[in-house]
Amino acid sequence: MSELTTLTAVELQAALAAGETSSVEVTRAHLDRIAAEDGALGAYLHVDGDAALARAAEIDAGGAAGTGLAGIPVALKDVFVTEGVPTTSGSRILEGWRPPYSATVASRLADAGTVMLGKTNMDEFAMGSSTENSAYAPTRNPWDRDRIPGGSSGGSSTAVAGHLAPFALGTDTGGSIRQPAALTGLVGHKPTYGSVSRYGLIAFSSSLDQAGPMARTVLDAALLHEAIGGHDPRDSTSIDAPVPAVVEAARRGADGDLAGLRVGVVRELGGDGAREGYEQGVLDRFTEAVALLEAAGAQVREVSCPSFGLALPAYYLIAPSEASSNLARFEGMRFGIRVGDDGGRDVDEVMALTREQGFGPEVKRRIILGTYALSAGYYDAYYGQAQKVRTLVGRDFGAAFDGGLDVLVSPTSPTVAWPIGARVDDPLAMYAADLCTLPASLAGVPAISVPCGLSEGLPVGLQVMAPALADDRCYRVAAAVEAALGAPLTDQLVERAA
Amino acid sequence: MTTTAPTLVEFDDVLTRWEPVIGLETHVELGTASKMFCGCSTTFGAEPNTQTCPVCLGLPGSLPVANAAAVESTIRIGLALGCRIAPWSRFARKNYFYPDIPKGFQTSQYDEPLCVDGHLDVEVDGETYRVEIERVHLEEDTGKNLHVGGATGRIHGADHSLVDFNRAGIPLVEIVTRPVAGAGARAPEVARAYVTELREIIQALGASDVRMEQGSLRCDVNLSLAPAGSGAWGTRTETKNVNSLRSVERAVRHEMRRQAAVLDAGGRIVQETRHFHEDTGSTSPGRSKEEATDYRYFPEPDLVPLAPDAEWIEKLAADL
Repeated sequence: MSELTTLTAVELQAALAAGETSSVEVTRAHLDRIAAEDGALGAYLHVDGDAALARAAEIDAGGAAGTGLAGIPVALKDVFVTEGVPTTSGSRILEGWRPPYSATVASRLADAGTVMLGKTNMDEFAMGSSTENSAYAPTRNPWDRDRIPGGSSGGSSTAVAGHLAPFALGTDTGGSIRQPAALTGLVGHKPTYGSVSRYGLIAFSSSLDQAGPMARTVLDAALLHEAIGGHDPRDSTSIDAPVPAVVEAARRGADGDLAGLRVGVVRELGGDGAREGYEQGVLDRFTEAVALLEAAGAQVREVSCPSFGLALPAYYLIAPSEASSNLARFEGMRFGIRVGDDGGRDVDEVMALTREQGFGPEVKRRIILGTYALSAGYYDAYYGQAQKVRTLVGRDFGAAFDGGLDVLVSPTSPTVAWPIGARVDDPLAMYAADLCTLPASLAGVPAISVPCGLSEGLPVGLQVMAPALADDRCYRVAAAVEAALGAPLTDQLVERAA
Repeated sequence: MTTTAPTLVEFDDVLTRWEPVIGLETHVELGTASKMFCGCSTTFGAEPNTQTCPVCLGLPGSLPVANAAAVESTIRIGLALGCRIAPWSRFARKNYFYPDIPKGFQTSQYDEPLCVDGHLDVEVDGETYRVEIERVHLEEDTGKNLHVGGATGRIHGADHSLVDFNRAGIPLVEIVTRPVAGAGARAPEVARAYVTELREIIQALGASDVRMEQGSLRCDVNLSLAPAGSGAWGTRTETKNVNSLRSVERAVRHEMRRQAAVLDAGGRIVQETRHFHEDTGSTSPGRSKEEATDYRYFPEPDLVPLAPDAEWIEKLAADL
């Protein structure tokens, strides 16, 4: 592969600033690699090479390349609306739709001078943990092409791990940035809920969705986070606070000194009595990562968060409930596909046919589940109860942090990447992939996944969770782990390809 | 639809056997410069679909931002009606499918409204009647349907429909009364007097131009009959498309006479929504409410709760 596609965003920034390369060259190198490799990997749903090159040329002409993120290519999960550029959210129901406006995070990245390579594949409407629920095609894990890359941001993770983009945006509702990052050897961060704008993020579960960075290094992720984060008046759930000092934390963490940091290992996430479903290799890498933290000076102890065991059922009531409402707008009346309007059918029939043919099975499953959970007579027992459990999860985090812990850690995923097709017929087995990531989602606290080794040749991720708005702590710890492990895990994919 | 004229009991005769209980739900379009959750203009009469944006069109990815002036107007209306202003309230989603609600849900308020427990005293023939107000809440209006091809302009018999989203998202205040019993023969006039008085108050507040003929004041009239002296409640009907003060009075009068005829004959009143016909002063069945639609209300996760400052409310009350 071209050397340019092996560089990190930080390295590209330096090369551009030094005039050693241009944005057009960097962009072309990535487009060439996409043309050569993405047929087999399936990371992208849409690539507009001409637009990307034109944008790159513009950056070069303006002399900005190498300033901040200007001139660096980026990929965006197809859940973000991008003006004039096809946006499907991985669904047939939006086939051919070109939004008339752009998501705030997309605009911020464009204003920062990045070059959008294209839109990446995803589980339909962000519902899934393997990207197999995409209505278009599955995406393959660059570590083993017969395996899933994780989901729902599988396209973004394969794009970055596969060196088809330096970094990418994903979204995380129940783990959809962290889990694919863990399964493909990347750094992926779910920001504090409300700290990154949701305007233009096609909603799955409004109280849980967050956009975040996916990259091959911690510093790259931090730079991307800084570019997209911060208050947005168009999003009423947007926190009016400055972006946490994530870049500084990433740089500082790289010196590998965690003296004074108090780390809690969550018992309910792979600890004693809670190991069912966890692969031994994952647990071993996790134990080694914890030892690494201790060696770096951190004080580590176990902590119990009893409600975390209920996070999965609570999430799978809350998220589908909100989704059943968020997805009601897809009925063929104003945008997207319209099925059955032959002049002989009324609006109810056309809406029903459009949704029946436009939505995939997992989306339908969750809409029905959510509709039921909100329905009269069941609201208190299901949705209401799940929100109470959610409060308990938040309190467990609060108690842990107030009880003298700076961060909590766990494996990101109970297993490494599994073979394509192995879990598609068992939704509950698929849902179990989110065991470790769900608690932080429900509580809205920031959580990062950083590579911590391989098990049977496949990446394992360490999850680091911090209090709300303390995203910088996540980056600091992740940077220390990365420094201790040496080169980024994904460099091994470059060596293999050479 | 049957076209036989309904049997009607003479009005004075109704009251010898039945006691009317009325209820009124009034929707007021606020005269704010922009819509409830976006910056689009609210000017009446523009070309269709020229006052829209991703938010009020419910496009994927769009998010609402609450109009502070609308919240203020709602509080002022609540205060003028003697309501208690909730120190904490939330928006809720009312979920149902129809082409004129772009999101597939209406952002409204459910069990946590902004204003509660007010009243309005109205005078009819020298007697004062107290209309208790259960709640005043804030929501958004739907788009407007134009049914094309049928004889009456209504959906029945139409060939196709056009939807104009200029109206979608305009702030709407809903004012709901408690059932009003004891008005007897004056029930039609009490209903009319209430809406008249309400309209004048809102106009005086400058909150809306309250033009019934333009739809900025809409009234749904509820009526039930109970056997005289029984103290029981009857089954009520809800009559929509009541587009003038005179129609409010006529609608109550007609429903009293129609329901009495049904009940006198041993029949039962169907709980349903009826449509008022301006030309004949009569009502006809709309959709049945026997199986009330389950709107699956839940708190709106895209908006933060409303917690108006107590001092600010005091100031608004003082400035009324």
